[in-house]
Amino acid sequence: MSASNEEQTSFLGRMWKGLRRPTARYAMGTLLVGGFFAGIVFWGGFNWSLELTNTEAFCVTCHEMNDNVYREYKQTVHYSNRTGVRATCPDCHVPKTWVHKMARKIQASNELLHHFLGTIDTREKYEAKRLKLAKNVWKVMKETDSRECRNCHNFEYMDFVVQEKRSRNRHEEAIDKNMTCIDCHKGIAHELPAGIVGVDGIPNVGNPNMGK
Amino acid sequence: MKTWIKITAAGIAVFAIAVIGSTQVYAQDGVKSLRGDATLSEGQGAPDINAQQVGKRFTRNYRQQPPLIPHKIEKYEIDLKANQCLGCHDWPQNVEANAPKISETHYVSPTGIRLNRVSGSRWFCNQCHVPQVQTEALVPNTFTSSSDMN
Repeated sequence: MSASNEEQTSFLGRMWKGLRRPTARYAMGTLLVGGFFAGIVFWGGFNWSLELTNTEAFCVTCHEMNDNVYREYKQTVHYSNRTGVRATCPDCHVPKTWVHKMARKIQASNELLHHFLGTIDTREKYEAKRLKLAKNVWKVMKETDSRECRNCHNFEYMDFVVQEKRSRNRHEEAIDKNMTCIDCHKGIAHELPAGIVGVDGIPNVGNPNMGK
Repeated sequence: MKTWIKITAAGIAVFAIAVIGSTQVYAQDGVKSLRGDATLSEGQGAPDINAQQVGKRFTRNYRQQPPLIPHKIEKYEIDLKANQCLGCHDWPQNVEANAPKISETHYVSPTGIRLNRVSGSRWFCNQCHVPQVQTEALVPNTFTSSSDMN
């Protein structure tokens, strides 16, 4: 007992000592240059694998995404449109700036947990949870002033002349009232949840008979 | 037993005459499907894409015609869970949106009870209301509105 304890401390102790002791074998230059290239490899590898999780192909490897929201999104203007420009999952759901991106990626571990718990692994379970999930996303987009929308869409460069009259009026009103994209544009990329009757900020578009 | 055979034979004969007769009537009238004379293996090419008429409202062709929709609707969700048309056309949203209000007849249930929300039997707007398009009639016809007949 005491012997193994001693061995462990001595092993850790040796490691610690080794890290603290200046090296006599390698030249400072070797360490610096070696460290520099090792840094490139490690940082590059980290960033590369991070960006790998930032692709649509990665998102739809989970059937929760593939069979529900991705299928719905394929019917919308962000997937198929006149000019062929697309917004993929991470364009809207992962921030572009590094700090916010890292925060979102850490949050995503909760999504991984629920993937393995099977919280929403059927359509029925997904539909039952959809209102809560949607509200989470709407809340975040409201708080960030629809930051991810504004990566592409900007009031400054909107040509109201080529917009339809009803969108022109609404957009001018939005600027005057200092509103944000998600205030009106809920359910543009995915189906609206059941039970949104009386949800704050959404015009009455829900089906009151749904679920009765 | 023999009566049975006779009845069956008579039945088959009547049915055969009816089928032949109906096909002849069909052929005489020259009714064609929308495919025209093309066989199943023949391709006809995609139909023309007719630009939707946005902005200006078409007048109704007859009194009971469901009004046409003068804007795009293809990305609007109309399903069991939600109906995005209501976002502008349901009262009271229609006031701010300056959109035509859904007719009061749509707030009456099939059993005649007045409702506060659009009746379930009227929920799917695009069963009757369609986006307006300036195009040829799908089938040539001689329809005249009753209001034009006086």
